Amino acid sequence: MLLRLFLTFVGIGAIAFGGGYAVLPLFERIIVDQYEWFTRSELLDMLAVSQVTPGPIAINSATFIGFTLFGVLGAFLTTVGVVTVPSILITIVSVYRERFKNSKVVQAIFRGLRPALAGLIFASVYTLSPDVMVDQWSYILFLIFVLLLVKFRLHPILVILLSAFLGLIIYWP
Amino acid sequence: MIPLFEREFVKRYKYLSEDEFFDALVICQSLPGVIAVNFAVYIGLKLRGRFGALVSAIGVALPSFLIIMVIATFLFRYIDNEYVAAVFKGVRVSVIALVFTAGFRLFWRHRHLYGVFIALMTFTLVAIAYVHPFYVIVMMGAYGYLTTKIREVVSHDAS
Repeated sequence: MLLRLFLTFVGIGAIAFGGGYAVLPLFERIIVDQYEWFTRSELLDMLAVSQVTPGPIAINSATFIGFTLFGVLGAFLTTVGVVTVPSILITIVSVYRERFKNSKVVQAIFRGLRPALAGLIFASVYTLSPDVMVDQWSYILFLIFVLLLVKFRLHPILVILLSAFLGLIIYWP
Repeated sequence: MIPLFEREFVKRYKYLSEDEFFDALVICQSLPGVIAVNFAVYIGLKLRGRFGALVSAIGVALPSFLIIMVIATFLFRYIDNEYVAAVFKGVRVSVIALVFTAGFRLFWRHRHLYGVFIALMTFTLVAIAYVHPFYVIVMMGAYGYLTTKIREVVSHDAS
């Protein structure tokens, strides 16, 4: 089980192009659907905490998932796992720096990969929303938050704090 | 985090020149993984070899690692509390909004026909047809490579 956890995160790290939220579709499919370690809502809660905590989101959420499942050892395995393949690749590529940077092959692959990441992230929005958009308030809040982020360029942490405050008021028990 | 790296490593400690910094950035963004960690490994490697890479990777991940463990200990203990649940009902919406915004920004930068087509295909395959993201990533990388190659060959013949 621990080995599987480690290897899962090695795999996620190996295909986590783009960093940040681009890992979400992978987490969703592998951790929620495939292994059923968490629900979609729990994944979102961990993501929110990972965003407001300093440090890269992908590392934070990997640590979070590992720790919640198997304590400190789990956290260690997921965090190390997710950086294993990228670190090895960096070590190799840094030797052939010039060739890699000017490589036509790499540039051609990324012409396809970058727009695909946008599609992947939208796919996550689509599959996560049934667990989140529960009433008319969710839709109103969603529009407000997107507007604040895109139009007014409000910092993500401020948006999350605002949403916590509004959530508490709207859903006051 | 990238401006922070630039200030520390280029301006303050002069470990890298401005050009080297941007080369490093391109490489770190083109490889899978977390950009900040990739960067740390790259700089560690350049300064002190493999051991340097290990030390800087640990350095960049350690604060997150410790803070998250403290928070994780509390979060799921109180998640059933009605007030905490109310907070997270709001927070989840903002996370969806954040994810949507990240996707939208990326999409907007590639809103030409080719980019829209790939984004739409990826969305359909992953969200509707439920294909594993891994295969779709490989497919779209291959698609980018092939279409670029084909275009090169065609324009070569034409000229």
